[in-house]
Order: sequence, then C-alpha cells, then structure tokens
Amino acid sequence: MTAVGGVTQPRGATRWLLRANTWLVYGFFYAPIVLLVVFSFSGNRNVGVWGGFTLDWYRDFASDGNVQGALRNSIQIAVASTVVSVVLGTAAALALERFTFRGRQVFDALLYLPIIIPDVTMAVMMLLFFAQAAELLGFSKGFGTITLSHIAFNISFVSVVVRARLAGMDDRLEEAARDLYATRWQAFRHVTLPLIMPGVAGGALLAFTLSLDDVVITQFVTGPGWTTLPVYVFGLIRKGVTPLINAVSVVMLLASMALVALSLATQRVRGGQDAIDARVGPDQGLP
Amino acid sequence: MTAAVEITGVSKRFGDVVAVDDIDLRIDDGEFFALLGPSGCGKTTTLRMIAGLDFPTTGSLKIFGHEVGTLPPNKRPVNTVFQNYALFPHMNVLDNVAFGLRMQGTDKATARSAATAAIGLVRLDGMERRRPAQLSGGQQQRVALARALVNEPKVLLLDEPLGALDLKLRQEMQGELKSLQRELGVSFVFVTHDQEEALTMSDRIAVMDEGRLLQIGTPEEIYERPVNRFVADFIGQTNLLEGTVEDGATVCLVNGARVAARSDLTAGTRIALSIRPERATIHHRDHGTGPDAGSAVDGEVVAVTYLGNALVHRVKLDWMEIEVREANDPDRPRFAVGDPVTVAWDPSAAALVADR
Ligand SMILES: Nc1ncnc2c1ncn2[C@@H]1O[C@H](COP(=O)(O)OP(=O)(O)OP(=O)(O)O)[C@@H](O)[C@H]1O
Ligand SMILES: [Mg+2]
Repeated sequence: MTAVGGVTQPRGATRWLLRANTWLVYGFFYAPIVLLVVFSFSGNRNVGVWGGFTLDWYRDFASDGNVQGALRNSIQIAVASTVVSVVLGTAAALALERFTFRGRQVFDALLYLPIIIPDVTMAVMMLLFFAQAAELLGFSKGFGTITLSHIAFNISFVSVVVRARLAGMDDRLEEAARDLYATRWQAFRHVTLPLIMPGVAGGALLAFTLSLDDVVITQFVTGPGWTTLPVYVFGLIRKGVTPLINAVSVVMLLASMALVALSLATQRVRGGQDAIDARVGPDQGLP
Repeated sequence: MTAAVEITGVSKRFGDVVAVDDIDLRIDDGEFFALLGPSGCGKTTTLRMIAGLDFPTTGSLKIFGHEVGTLPPNKRPVNTVFQNYALFPHMNVLDNVAFGLRMQGTDKATARSAATAAIGLVRLDGMERRRPAQLSGGQQQRVALARALVNEPKVLLLDEPLGALDLKLRQEMQGELKSLQRELGVSFVFVTHDQEEALTMSDRIAVMDEGRLLQIGTPEEIYERPVNRFVADFIGQTNLLEGTVEDGATVCLVNGARVAARSDLTAGTRIALSIRPERATIHHRDHGTGPDAGSAVDGEVVAVTYLGNALVHRVKLDWMEIEVREANDPDRPRFAVGDPVTVAWDPSAAALVADR
C-alpha cells in the first residue's frame, strides 16, 4: 500500500473516477465564468452569439449614467452596512462567547435566524416593518431602509465568523492582561481585538460582498433613486439581455476577487510580522 | 507587621461545587509560601481570588491590610505567572514584558528600558524581539516571570510555574526562583502539587484537600508533625500503623501490640502512627540485642532494594507491610529475604495522626 502522510492513495478505477469528478467540479465552477468573460467582449447584441472582439460594452458601462449611479448606490450601502454590522456583530459575538447572562441561549438562537430564513421571507418582513415604521415616524424608502435591511442580515454573518475566531482564543490571555493592570477596554483593545482581527476582517469582507450581491431583499425595500447595481442588472434582463450585463458582471467579479485577495494579503502581513519585527524593530503590538 | 495577604473565612462556590471551603490564611511579607495539594483541591481558585480574577462567595481578603473583596485585578498590587504562561502571542518578548507598565501609564521609553532590565534578570538578553511561539517552554516561563516582576508587585502569584518543564530544567528553575525571591524580598505564593518542590523551596506550606486547608507550617513541621493521615501520606513517604489510643503514653496497634506514643487524646480514639522509612531501624530478631519492645514490631523481610547510597527493606508484619530505609553502611548487618526481623523506632520519631 502506498501511504503518503497517512493518506492512502486510491488506485485503478477509483483513481480515474476521482480525477474525473475533480475536473467536473472545476468545470461547473469555472465554465460559466469563462463564458461570461469571453462574451463580455462579444460584438453581437445577442448574448451568447459571438460577434467579434469589442470593448464597446465596457465603454457603455463606463459611460452609462444609470449603471454608474447604481454602482455608487451599491458601494455607499455596502460601506455603511458593513461598518455598522461589523461593530454590532463583533459585540454580539463577544457577548455570547465571553459572558453568561439571562436570555443568552435565546439570543444565541435568534442571532442565527437571518441566516436560516429565506430571503423572500426576510424581504417581506422588512417591507412590513418599514411600512409600519413609515406611518409612525414618517420616513421614505431609500438608502436608510436598504442599509438597515442589509445590517439586519449582516450582523448574523459577522458574528458567526468572529465567534469562530474567539472560540479558538485562550480567554486566559484577557485575564493576564487584566492582571497586568489593563482595564476591560484596554484588555480588549490591546489583546482581544488584535487576536480576533482576522475574524473581524473576514466578517467585514463577507458583509461587504453580501450587501453588494443582494437582490431580493433590496428590491422589496428600495425607494426612488436608490437602485443598486444587482437590482439594476436584474431589471435589464427583463427588458432584454445585452452583453452590457456581461461586462457589469465581470467588473463585479473582479471587484470581489480583489477584495478576497486584499483580505488574504492583510492576513499574510499579520502572519509575517515576526520577520518584520526581526528586521525593523519591535514597534508593533504595543500602544 | 501587617500580613501581605490575609484570608479570613473565605469560601468559593461554583454552582454546586465548593471549590474553596472556609479557609483562613496569613502570608507574611517576603515569605515564600507554597499552596500544596492534589489536583482539583482548590489551589488555583485560591490564587485567582488573591489576584482578583475570581471573587470569594463569602469571607474577607486583605492585601497589606486593605480589604480587596471585589476589587478588579488591575487595581491590585499583585501579579500572576499563569499555569500555561498566557503570553500574548501577537507581541514580541519586549512588548509582552513592557505591557504591565504601559497599562499603568508609564511612557514607552521608560517601560522599554525597565522591560529590558527585567529580561536581563531572567537571563533572556537578546531574545527581546522573538515571539512567544519562537521560544522553548523554559524560555516562555522566564518571559512570564519577567512580565510579572517588571511591575514590582508586592505579592507574586505563581500557578504551577514549573509544571510543564522537564525534570532537569525544573530543578534548575527551582533554585533560580528561590534565589530571585530572596534577592527581591517579595512574597511569592507558589502553587504546586509536587510535595518535594514545596518542601525544598518554601518558607511555609499550606496543605489543601477538597477545598479545605488541612495544615499550615514550615516544611519541617509539616513533615515531622503532620496533623492527619492525608498530610502524612501526601508529604513524602511514610508507614501508617493504625491503632487506638490506650492512655497518654501508649497506643494499641491493630494486632494488639502496645507501643509507646505520647498524646493528649482520649482513650479509644482511632489514630495512625506515621513512621518515616528513614526513621525506622531494622534488626535481626535472634541477636538478643533487640531494641525496647515499647517501640518496635516484629516481621519478616520480603524485599531488599539496593539504591547505592541506601537500602530499602520491605518488611511484612502480621497485618501489613512497611518500609525501612537505611543508609548504606558497610558496618551494618545485611538482611536477606525471609529473615525474621524487628523494626524499631525512636518514640519521638513517630507522629500520631488523626485516622481519616
Ligand atoms: N469556573 C469554574 N466553574 C465550575 N467549577 C470550577 C471552576 N473553576 C474551578 N472549579 C472547580 O473547583 C475545584 C477546584 O479547582 P481548582 O482549579 O482550584 O483546582 P486546582 O487545585 O488548581 O487543581 P489543579 O492542580 O488540577 O490545577 C475543582 O473541582 C474544579 O472543578
Ligand atoms: Mg490549578
């Protein structure tokens, strides 16, 4: 038997099946992406018909006022909802991991609700809620309602990611900090936060992406002038698809990939701290 | 003189578990004080209450005369060396050690030079820029020590600081810790479950079991005059001969033999005589030069172990086996398995302990 690092290497037919499966999975993942990218450069108005290489759709994308406006809306909403949900989600994670309080179990269960319930249900809930609130407080739908809705589901995702990180952290480190004259806040600021930072950054990235992506909920709670990019794209499809959609999608894809690369890079920098310390000097870590 | 730490009637409950049960303790300034007991007896909990990481359920806790009851840990003049060091993994050695001073508001330059001095004190010069993960267990232990000492605490708490080290390093560190403590003149409260470590290092020892304090005393007092069977058995090796008190000067062993043992216990009290293996002597029974029968028992040798500097004899009595340890003296007679012998002791070397 050939065993490498405790893993048995499959042989014969099994091996070929596994290999074929791997390629099949890759195919599922990447074939649509490849097609999308290729046809975003197609000169034919009909999606899926090759009409020679062109950059027209990207030019359209850059000059189309509607697309630009939708993109601006999307980014504003994503930034605002990410900032708020990272703060609240991290606080919720800390409360659940570090303290015992009355109603903790209920809070724990409720926090996961937005992850489990279908988008449509959530959307209807939000719509109803804002309809009631609008009557009471007299505000209109738009930036505020979309951002609040995105915060509502993003808190759950952020707290799940941050909790996973917190659970892996030795809580005696905080006690050690407290023993060394740190107040609760200082212990959090100088010990807990730096150690859960990769989780917080990951949660922020996830929240940003989810906000940028959301169609269903946004469509229910959006108001005049606050069409987001995915909602706009969705609307375009109904009017008839042009490769402009492909170009928009490619840009969004590149943006997501850039965000992932950025988060990986920041974590790499943190991981490489030792080497930096050894060369530059011990200036990181301390206030 | 005010005590460094004064604990009066302190108990700590976690739900139904009584981790610490009504203890009284006084630790003097400049003392090396050991908390000794088996796993789960409440040593860490006691230490955590002094540090302020847990608060007593009932009782009073004073540090240098000030009631600290529910004062948070950052307001207490004590520092802790944690059981698994709890070094900050994202900071290098220098920043770990400077942390306490920085939190107290010392400026960066002063904190760094004090930290550098403390790192020198524990002989880790040149390691300032390493991360905890890049250090050996022994080096991490020293960083934890420096990180606590740099704050010049009035009491240093150490929770099994040597538990994770191998034997040789452990013995080396025992000596270093002890001389460091003498040099600094600070009280050390040292938690351990290793009785030998407690005996060699401490000025005084408190023996705990199941949350209760059984005995406090100097190593000699604890070793020579254990208050009960548990302490006698836990500290060093001993032979426990069960019996009942007959009068103020005699104890009747379970086989009916009467031996001399002074006590002020009432007749009929069940006790055990604790006789350390090295305090008993072994004699051939047929020599006629047998010792005084008032402090001797008869038996038969069942095993002899040669230790180089000593010989250990296992002797079978009618109702149990005991051990006798003698220095390897060429002038002394040798014993073989099966020899009928008498085991004797000086009555003052036998400690009467409560039989529980
Ligand atoms: N936070 C807690 N919640 C519940 N029970 C606890 C808690 N901390 C300690 N205990 C219990 O209190 C008792 C004493 O624990 P403690 O940690 O003080 O023991 P210890 O003497 O330090 O043991 P060891 O030598 O194993 O470290 C144990 O029975 C333990 O299970
Ligand atoms: Mg312990």
